Amino acid sequence: MLSLSLSHMFGDTPVLNDINITFPKGSFTALIGPNGAGKSTLLKICAGVLKPSTGTACLTAGLKRAYLPQHNQLDRQFPLTVRDVAIMGFWPKIGLYHGLTPEDRDQLKHALDMVGLDGFENKPISVLSGGQFQRLLFARLWLQEADLLILDEPFSAVDQPTTEHLLALLQNWFAEGKTIITVIHQLQLAERFIPQSILLNRGVIAQGDSKKVLSDAALIRKTYIEV
Amino acid sequence: MINFMYDVLIAPISDFVFMQRAFAACFASSIICPVLGIVLLLKRMSLMGEALSHGILPGIAIAFFIWGVWLPGFTIGGMVAGFLIAGLSLLASQKTRLPQDASFSGFYLFALALGVLLISKAGGAMNVMHLLFGSVLGVDLAILRTIIILSALSLIIVRMIFRPLIYQCFDPLFMQSVGYGGNRYTVIFIGLVVINLVTACQALGTLMALGLMMIPAITARLLCNSLRWTLCVAIISALLSSYIGLIVSYHAELPTGPTIVLVASCLYMAALITTFIRK
Repeated sequence: MLSLSLSHMFGDTPVLNDINITFPKGSFTALIGPNGAGKSTLLKICAGVLKPSTGTACLTAGLKRAYLPQHNQLDRQFPLTVRDVAIMGFWPKIGLYHGLTPEDRDQLKHALDMVGLDGFENKPISVLSGGQFQRLLFARLWLQEADLLILDEPFSAVDQPTTEHLLALLQNWFAEGKTIITVIHQLQLAERFIPQSILLNRGVIAQGDSKKVLSDAALIRKTYIEV
Repeated sequence: MINFMYDVLIAPISDFVFMQRAFAACFASSIICPVLGIVLLLKRMSLMGEALSHGILPGIAIAFFIWGVWLPGFTIGGMVAGFLIAGLSLLASQKTRLPQDASFSGFYLFALALGVLLISKAGGAMNVMHLLFGSVLGVDLAILRTIIILSALSLIIVRMIFRPLIYQCFDPLFMQSVGYGGNRYTVIFIGLVVINLVTACQALGTLMALGLMMIPAITARLLCNSLRWTLCVAIISALLSSYIGLIVSYHAELPTGPTIVLVASCLYMAALITTFIRK
């Protein structure tokens, strides 16, 4: 469904070398690697936000993708309510000035219930904790009704219970047939919750079954220490 | 007592046609300008507002040399010059090591100097002081009509593009990922800022028009954390500043534009103090 065959440079600095990956339909993949390994760049290319300097990223025609950027790139003091941010998930369907249909309203309520933010609808986002804010972004992501979900470090600055709740949500969506790619730093959680893993540091170090890849100490060392 | 209040607060407006026009012009600007100011703030483009307000000056001067005192001409000249200055500043900061604020300052100071030079050369009907600080009491019917029409149109257009504009401020990567990453809404928005700076500059002057755009927006941003309230508070504080400013400038024989902006600043100070006390 999404196949990558590319390299990427920032100016003269190579960031991604010779990446050849295919994410089949209905797969759930963890992207793992140290800071500066090119994970975010790779996800931006997956999301269609960034064009690779050479090569291509091909998404099967007709499929919708949704992207959850790293949340420290968002201004948490921005004067929007929980409801306002969740409604972004309906864009561009709602267009410039249409309101929500009754079905949209039900969907919205369901999404907020699902992530555990019922009753927060009219709260400004500035009062949310890091975990609650991430839950909100998950609700928005779900409302986009996409086939491919791309998440950049959704569990950084999020406490353990919230992380497990959100991972369980991802597992549900995976069971419903969605394709998911997420960056994650907690190796044990990746091993427990996410079937496939890719170890990345400028290039692909290893990819395959999480249980195999992540329990191989030599591979982990190679990803994090040797470049 | 009631008579006294009437004489101070109402009579200046009910008795003089020029005051009524001044009120209408300021009120129209007080509704649209703070809305644009809030988006400028949220886009972190306050500096862009500064660059535009100075950037339009040479354009207005050149339009005066070509067409004389003709508001649509001023608008066209202001638009071209404003876009040119803003565009060049952006380009310079992207292509060189200069940070954005340095690049913008370099260009808008150049534009300000050039504008003042050209306008003082034009002399006669063009008065530097008028353009910088406005002459709200000189608003005639034709200018008033233009101000009201352009404000209303701007308000409609802003309403139409408000959603994507705000989404883009909040989460540009999200917008890019759903295929709305381009600059089209920003360009329309900047066009509106320029148009309203040019029209408001007839009554308030370019420098003071920017004040009416930014200060009420900053005040509201300080006090509110939902967009709806931010908009309401900004517009109310702009309207209040315009009304009090006009009345005070009438009684004390002060220049109107600076008085209005000073009243807006007083409201801002009050808001600041309230925030400190609440903490």
